[in-house]
Amino acid sequence: MISVGLTHILILSTCLFFIGMYGFFTRRNLITLLMSVELMLNSVNINFAAFNKYLFPEKLDGIFFNVFIITIAAAEAAVAIAIIINLYRSHNSIDVEDAGEMKY
Amino acid sequence: MDASTILFYTIAAYILVTGVLAVTTRKIFRSAIWLLFSLIGIAALYFWMDLPFIAAVQIVVYVGGIVVLIIFSIFLTQKSGDQMPKPILGRTLPSALASFFGFVFTINLIWHHGFIENKGILFDPTVDSIGMQLLNTGEGGYILPFEVVSMLLLAAMVGCIVIAMKVKKEETI
Repeated sequence: MISVGLTHILILSTCLFFIGMYGFFTRRNLITLLMSVELMLNSVNINFAAFNKYLFPEKLDGIFFNVFIITIAAAEAAVAIAIIINLYRSHNSIDVEDAGEMKY
Repeated sequence: MDASTILFYTIAAYILVTGVLAVTTRKIFRSAIWLLFSLIGIAALYFWMDLPFIAAVQIVVYVGGIVVLIIFSIFLTQKSGDQMPKPILGRTLPSALASFFGFVFTINLIWHHGFIENKGILFDPTVDSIGMQLLNTGEGGYILPFEVVSMLLLAAMVGCIVIAMKVKKEETI
């Protein structure tokens, strides 16, 4: 049994990213799509922290990128939820199949 | 196998199981709660990696902020007890295959890359050193992105209010 290192954490974050991708492809509700995107962003965050800790311990750049990604994810979630609520007002549904006016 | 290894595998299994449940359960409110558990597991992983500051930010922003926002929007737009329709096989099968092959491809890349871990230097992610370097104006300082992000947050806040604001009837064109 090899000791837990960078490779293990990268495999964990890869698993989480593709779980999020599966959810993004199968779900048809805008809020659950947003949740899948959050899972994918979190897996990328784990990667930044792990690369910083194990490959470049003398710097802190991965930590800063981590903090900025969390901030931008918060802003993105807030804007997405505002758009979802607006869509619900005009269409009475937040299913992606019901919002197809700009499809073709 | 020492305690740290056992702890890592426990946290990893917890994150993955709750993540899978969050994307597959058919009740939307349960999905949000499973996402909450998964995010707490990721915060635990940051604690395991000796990054208490990032773990605290994760708990405050994700668990305390984004998940609560998602639950609010579920209550505003859905009947949370209802089950969502089951996804059709013609959609789940291709997406499962795409995820699986992408997963295998990435794992293959990671496995054969052979990262050389840098063990000699001490990693110092204390709040003290993070704060000193984040707000530093000199070499390697991050003060400019910090200010840009604060402007972005302000713009996002104004944008959210404008998008979600109710327009009065006589003002609509």
